[in-house]
Amino acid sequence: MLRFILHRLLLIVPTFIGITLVAFVFIRLLPGDPVLLMAGERAVSPERHAELMAQFGFDQPLWRQYVEYTGGLLHGDFGYSFSSKRPVLSEFMARFPATLELAFCAMLLATVLGIAAGILAALRRGSWVDQLTMGTALVGYSMPIFWWALLLIILFSTNLGWTPVSGRISLTQFFPTVTGFMLIDSLLAGKPAAFWSAVQHLILPTIVLATIPLAVVARQTRSAMLEVLGELYVTTARSKGLAPRRIIWLHALRNALIPVVTTIGLQVSVLMGGAILTETIFSWPGIGKWMIDSISRRDYQVVQGGLLLIAAMVMLVNLTVDILYGLINPRVRYR
Amino acid sequence: MALLEVRNLSVSFETAAGRFFAVQGIDLSVDRGEVLAIVGESGSGKSVAMLAVMGLLPPTATVTADALRFEGRDLLAMSARERRGMSGSEMAMIFQEPVASLNPCFTVGFQIEETLERHTDLDRAARRARAVELLAAVGIPEPEERLRSFPHQMSGGQCQRVMIAIATACNPKLLIADEPTTALDVTIQKQILDLLLRLQAEHGMGLVLITHDMGVVAETADRVIVQYNGRKMEDTDVLSLFERPQNPYTRALLSALPENARGGRLPTVSDFAPGGAA
Repeated sequence: MLRFILHRLLLIVPTFIGITLVAFVFIRLLPGDPVLLMAGERAVSPERHAELMAQFGFDQPLWRQYVEYTGGLLHGDFGYSFSSKRPVLSEFMARFPATLELAFCAMLLATVLGIAAGILAALRRGSWVDQLTMGTALVGYSMPIFWWALLLIILFSTNLGWTPVSGRISLTQFFPTVTGFMLIDSLLAGKPAAFWSAVQHLILPTIVLATIPLAVVARQTRSAMLEVLGELYVTTARSKGLAPRRIIWLHALRNALIPVVTTIGLQVSVLMGGAILTETIFSWPGIGKWMIDSISRRDYQVVQGGLLLIAAMVMLVNLTVDILYGLINPRVRYR
Repeated sequence: MALLEVRNLSVSFETAAGRFFAVQGIDLSVDRGEVLAIVGESGSGKSVAMLAVMGLLPPTATVTADALRFEGRDLLAMSARERRGMSGSEMAMIFQEPVASLNPCFTVGFQIEETLERHTDLDRAARRARAVELLAAVGIPEPEERLRSFPHQMSGGQCQRVMIAIATACNPKLLIADEPTTALDVTIQKQILDLLLRLQAEHGMGLVLITHDMGVVAETADRVIVQYNGRKMEDTDVLSLFERPQNPYTRALLSALPENARGGRLPTVSDFAPGGAA
């Protein structure tokens, strides 16, 4: 198992080099002069322009800029935001817990509900339960996420007034930041009202962000479960006189989870894209909204660094999924 | 009283093209300590009939019988829970594909001990000890170590031995072996058959051996049932089958054996009178 993990860790190195290259080159392929974009509508004299280009190193040849950039990365230097003048890494760390909290809640909802719905649909194959579940999943998967978010806001926030329209917590709630996760920090501070406010703010973004992964997980679980239930070892389990509950939840689900875990891992990367939309719609102060704002400000260092950090997160999740995959599938573990 | 008594057993499936009968009006009985072979070509309903006895058919199957009794107890009148209590303990079954029969996600030890946990009061340590004993009894070397193996780390023959260990864990009175050697190498086939017969003799089990291998029938069975197209063609002791086959289909089946072939071409069942067979 240790060798398996080490092998996966080593694979991260070339992947990461590839990502730095892509992030670096793609930003520079975008049309526009970074200094002019920074200056906005103010006029910049040619002398000042050249000076600024030199200051940011844009006058150097591309390969040299890349070497210096990656050299900085190796020392943990992700560069500075042009607009806030703060290090990219500290900006990222300040916003990351918000995204993580939302993504975690969404993934939890999608996984638990998706697996349960998939199993139910598989066990009642062809019944109205199956058709309703899978029909709903198809609608959920096909729906534009921003439209779905607006519908929910109109119904629950505007008309019914049950949930707040946007933000992460009510502005009247204050408590010290310990972990950066509102749900945990509010409880640590012993403020149930703040906790409840955080929960209310989380509900709609969580539902919106979870919708697509939920649909995918439900459909994948159903098909994996149907396949596994037809396997001979399920017949063996029945011939041993085991209770149906044990056969479904232990013998069948354990095998069905192998493809489902892979799907969940892939959905986490999709979730990052979904988070950008969801965070923008709900004004959620996470990295998705931060990236969008930075792109519109042409804050190249932030976009570049943010992209790398998001990629690093996705790789970390993929590594976790690989390890998890090895844990539930003995055929991978012992080759 | 016979150990297993089956009268007029029929199994049908609802299909898009209408009702399909896989088994039609089969009668059979198995006594304690008896080896009954059921032979017939693929699709003749041998496995389906035995799956019906075990209660392992999917809900889409309709099972009817005038009698389906195990030690005089009416299996059709039992609740699903009562039947589960018997399966794996009083009657057990092993299948054609030993590797696919074992769950790839669990160790062999877990899968053996699970049956013991379900049907006995043994504690964890006693179950482990019994599992070691069972693996040794089916001829797996280093049983303590092998308990920790996963099915994919074993050969087909070893997996079938494990399946036999699981099936015999609770000393069943009836063991149904559905083509237990078909997927195995010839040398392993012989070993597995010998193992089944040894365990059958040691425990006085009734053994139902589903096969299409006449060689296996001749070597192992006390009595033989020949089945074709869901119906029983012949029910006789093994000597009479080979010396005086009564049914035209049985004669056709025996003539189709390569060793009985005369001339250049191997005869097939369709070479014989169609009226007698179907």
